[in-house]
Amino acid sequence: MNKTYLIFNHEFRTTLRRVGFIVMTFIVPLIALLAIGAYHVISGAVKPSVKITDIGYVDKVGGFSNFTSQGNIVLVPYASTDEANQALSAKAIKEYFVISPQYMQYGLLNYYTLEKQLTPPQATLTAIKNFLTGNLLADKVPNTTIALVEESLNVVATRLTDSGAVSPEQGGIGNLLIPGIFSLLLVLSITFASSYLIQGLGDEKENRLIEVLLSSVSVRQLIIGKVLGLGAAGLLQVLVWVISAPLLLGLASSSIGGFFASLKVTPGFMILCLTYFILGYLLFAMISTAIGAMSPSAREGQQFATLFTLPAIAPLWFSSTILLFPNSPVWVVFTIFPITAPVVLMLRLGATDVAAWQIIVSILVILLSITGGMLLTARIVRTYLLMYGKRPSLGEIVRNLRNG
Amino acid sequence: MPAVEVSHVFKSYADKVAVEDLSFSVEPGEIFGLIGPNGAGKTTTIRMMLDIIKPDSGEVTILGKKLDEAAKNSLGYLPEERGLYKKLRVMDSIIYLASLKGMNPAAAEKKAEALLAQMDMLASRRKKIDELSKGMSQIIQLIVTIIHDPQLVVLDEPFSGLDPVNTELIKNMLIELRKQGKAVILSLHQMNQVEELSDRILMVNKGKAVLYGNLKEIKAQYRHNAVLLDYEGQLGEVPGVAEKKEHKGYIELVLDKTTTPRQLLERLVSRGIVINRFEIATPPLNEIFLKVVGNDHE
Repeated sequence: MNKTYLIFNHEFRTTLRRVGFIVMTFIVPLIALLAIGAYHVISGAVKPSVKITDIGYVDKVGGFSNFTSQGNIVLVPYASTDEANQALSAKAIKEYFVISPQYMQYGLLNYYTLEKQLTPPQATLTAIKNFLTGNLLADKVPNTTIALVEESLNVVATRLTDSGAVSPEQGGIGNLLIPGIFSLLLVLSITFASSYLIQGLGDEKENRLIEVLLSSVSVRQLIIGKVLGLGAAGLLQVLVWVISAPLLLGLASSSIGGFFASLKVTPGFMILCLTYFILGYLLFAMISTAIGAMSPSAREGQQFATLFTLPAIAPLWFSSTILLFPNSPVWVVFTIFPITAPVVLMLRLGATDVAAWQIIVSILVILLSITGGMLLTARIVRTYLLMYGKRPSLGEIVRNLRNG
Repeated sequence: MPAVEVSHVFKSYADKVAVEDLSFSVEPGEIFGLIGPNGAGKTTTIRMMLDIIKPDSGEVTILGKKLDEAAKNSLGYLPEERGLYKKLRVMDSIIYLASLKGMNPAAAEKKAEALLAQMDMLASRRKKIDELSKGMSQIIQLIVTIIHDPQLVVLDEPFSGLDPVNTELIKNMLIELRKQGKAVILSLHQMNQVEELSDRILMVNKGKAVLYGNLKEIKAQYRHNAVLLDYEGQLGEVPGVAEKKEHKGYIELVLDKTTTPRQLLERLVSRGIVINRFEIATPPLNEIFLKVVGNDHE
């Protein structure tokens, strides 16, 4: 049997058995399922209130006497603030507001309540706003116009293709959300994978099993087997997420609807997502192998690996800038820079159409980095994997790489 | 065809020369002792033989050719400091490492069961490695080293940490391997074990070979013309004996330059002395080791 395959198989199975990997793989769909379930439980338990709420008002301007019934809220007039205060103290009303001349001039309303609130509830504000608007416009425009003014603006945006057909990708906040979540998952996944690889190599190095392995297989077989084994585990992880995403979105949109119905995971995005997951995994697995080989212990290796995982995570900190200016030359450069490419590209995909040449160049650069990294890693592994308890200096590493 | 042929090998690290112009060969059917003080270059030599590290110059051939994947399947290696995958079960560990040596998993399992039974460890086959004692874990490693029936077995300090029973078990196993025509390289610190098991030795110091060859011949070279005698009766003055050294249970007779042990034996017999033991005194390997390396040992 091919020895690379044997190492691949061993690493793949070992990774699948790790508790951290299992949790990471299933926690994402599980949380989404729980969230949908929780929504149903809460929405079933908390029925929309049908109780009529009385809100008082004192009209110091005059003319605000109609439209007092606003859904479940009834607006009760009081002659003075003293009367309104007494009603409030007696809990006859929940709160009251005063329509003073300032309202007519500046739109200013004084609002009084016994409750501690950050802002008045949205339902109360809407009721007051519609009550005031109705009275102000009464007899001036038809009631249908008043109803139209009271309704919030409902915009249905449709994105067209160059040929005028409806585009399969419609943009909007929904499109930002999915790439955002996937870029976050990618970063987490890479960080975990990198940590497993360094831990595994560190253990093999510390207990000298590495010598037995190297007396059985070549350095190249060892590296390729390890990297592909971990990559396959990562691929399985992302497949679980990618397959569960449309199912969960379907479940969410059919049972919750609204915003979730607007979320779409297109095949194009899925393909790019898988491609960058695989490439990102391979790249970071290669880097982690080199770090694992050079580090005197697994713990030091993990610390050193942060130098590489941090730049991979960093684009998430600037996600708002990426989403606002997705085509800025800075982000184009970071789309091509291999370490930041997976996360930056995914975030940009949510906000804009990334030019095909950028994606092609980015993929080529990552592929080249993986190939070059493979050669360098083989040298590093051969040189440093058998150096126990010794931390090489940067100059020493460069010198050894040059000398081969 | 030698099992191992090392020819004019050099290896240096940034700050020191680890191996300098080392040449030796190991034949099938022999136990070869690789000895030397700490830092002498023994482990570096072993690693170069096994292609774990590359020599700066010189050539190493294993079973007549440069070490390739097929040749790697013909060797078994037990490093000095040992470990296995702690969370893996005994049988899974053996099968995985045996399959890396080209063994079919089913055949590996069958052979592993036989070897575990031989070592009285079959009951532990489903245990995780971290549930085993240090000695038991070492036995598993030895099984991993020989399970694929290698032509060349390299053992670095195989007896360290083992109790006398297991030490004897492994010694017998090594002798059995020699009988089967395998080449066994033993890197050891304990000179008595080297003497007991090795046919030939290579003693290295500071990366260079200082003694190499048949153990008996080497010991003969360092012999100082003396015999060990256990006798009954009155010895008195014996012609040809320059010095007598009393030891517990025997006497050491240092002969003058003109007398041979055979002549001495004839003289003793002609005097009617009852001889219980008559042995040509050869210095223990430890003494030779100290003599050769001692003055130069840092």
